[in-house]
Amino acid sequence: MASDIEETVKSIVVDKLGVDEADVASDASFTNDLGADSLDTVELIMEFEKEFDLTIPDEEAEEIATVGDAVGYLEEKA
Amino acid sequence: MAGTSRRVVVTGMGALTPLGLSVDEYWDGLVAGTSGAATIESFDPEGLRVTFACELDGFDPEDHLPAKQARRVDPFSQYALVTADQAVKDAGLDPEAMAQDEKDRIGVVYGTGIGGIKTFRDQAEEFIEGGEKRTSPFFIPTLIPDIAAGQIAMAHGFRGPNHAMVSACATGNHNIGDACRMIQEGDMDAALCGGTDACVTRLGIAGFASMRALSTRNDDPARASRPFEAHRDGFVMGEGAGALFIETLERARARGAHIYAEIEGIGMSADAHHLTAPDPEGGGVCLALNRALDNAGLAPTDVDYINAHGTSTPLGDEAETQALKKVFDDHAYDLNVSSTKSMTGHLLGAAGAIEAIATIQALRHDVVPPTINFEEADPACDLDYTFNEAEERPVNVALSNAFGFGGHNTSLALRAYDE
Repeated sequence: MASDIEETVKSIVVDKLGVDEADVASDASFTNDLGADSLDTVELIMEFEKEFDLTIPDEEAEEIATVGDAVGYLEEKA
Repeated sequence: MAGTSRRVVVTGMGALTPLGLSVDEYWDGLVAGTSGAATIESFDPEGLRVTFACELDGFDPEDHLPAKQARRVDPFSQYALVTADQAVKDAGLDPEAMAQDEKDRIGVVYGTGIGGIKTFRDQAEEFIEGGEKRTSPFFIPTLIPDIAAGQIAMAHGFRGPNHAMVSACATGNHNIGDACRMIQEGDMDAALCGGTDACVTRLGIAGFASMRALSTRNDDPARASRPFEAHRDGFVMGEGAGALFIETLERARARGAHIYAEIEGIGMSADAHHLTAPDPEGGGVCLALNRALDNAGLAPTDVDYINAHGTSTPLGDEAETQALKKVFDDHAYDLNVSSTKSMTGHLLGAAGAIEAIATIQALRHDVVPPTINFEEADPACDLDYTFNEAEERPVNVALSNAFGFGGHNTSLALRAYDE
């Protein structure tokens, strides 16, 4: 189950940020390593919300900085 | 101040048109009298009043732009970015190798008549279905008409004046004219300028068709755009973009640039008449033509060729003809007129830009591109419209007209460059 969420998160990141799947490591930071700007980050959170059918409050979204953060958060909430 | 006498020349051109995805293919198509119209392929036009248009055949944004950039911008910005790249390269410039000081004196003045209609429609649907939660953070910065100019500046590091003039189908000319004026005034030394539109979408076609502005000759698309001909029944929607790199004559000479033509001036006016219908007397168009001649210091008899607005609407073509006769008197019958929209369709905000390029090519090659699809004369349109066949003749001075819904009139004066 965990790996399904991880695969889905990685595929969203690859699609939205236009990066290589190989670069989407668990500790990769969206902004520092994967080239996301502030708008990209908002869009990523929206895609996670849509894909996993949940609402991520802004204050919780601010804590999601890396691929691993997103996977961990979604494993807990989704 | 730098003074208003600075001469401005064109040293680079870029075009994405229904006749080809480069200036050379576009010009070859014009001289050959090729129609770019066909039944719409980019979406299923079933159920629309009008089912054909002049589309950009074979255009794949990812052939020209990085994948992320191509997906992050509306098609109107894709077209703008690609034509800007073409024009910069054509001008012999490599922005990556240029000093930032030099790039700080280069502006971008690049508009669109409509903006991101595809983005607007798609995001409106998301909003209606999912509310704010589904509204993309990229919705606004993808939709807004000025974003193409911003994207071009970001792509090349040009930090001169940057904006987008919006005047419907006169947009291309207004942007070129405005850039020219800012160079003359000393706000910048060079500019990337032009126009773009990507309105061949279901909503775009439906909107123009609903106004009864479009030809409904669905069974014969290639012969639907027939400006100044007796059986014209509306314009044919086109899409694409045109870009010019323009600079002071001094700068062009100093860097040994190839000079295509000189921009002599622009005339601008309003009809102050109706939302969409032209003033039947052509009064506003006369003002724009006379102001273009005055601004360029030309006599009416100096003009060899006029690339007409000529959209193939019953009222518009007749009004433009009336205006030409009033301004040029007997000389109206001696000069050549043509409407290249007979081949490209009407590219809206890009029309003035690609038609400036057609006019510059006419000046360079001493060839007037034709108005195709002539079958029967309209007695109200009795000038020499260069029907059906391109014509070789000396072309030293030319005007390119562009008028827009809202009653915006422009005429750009261009001259062959002579050392």
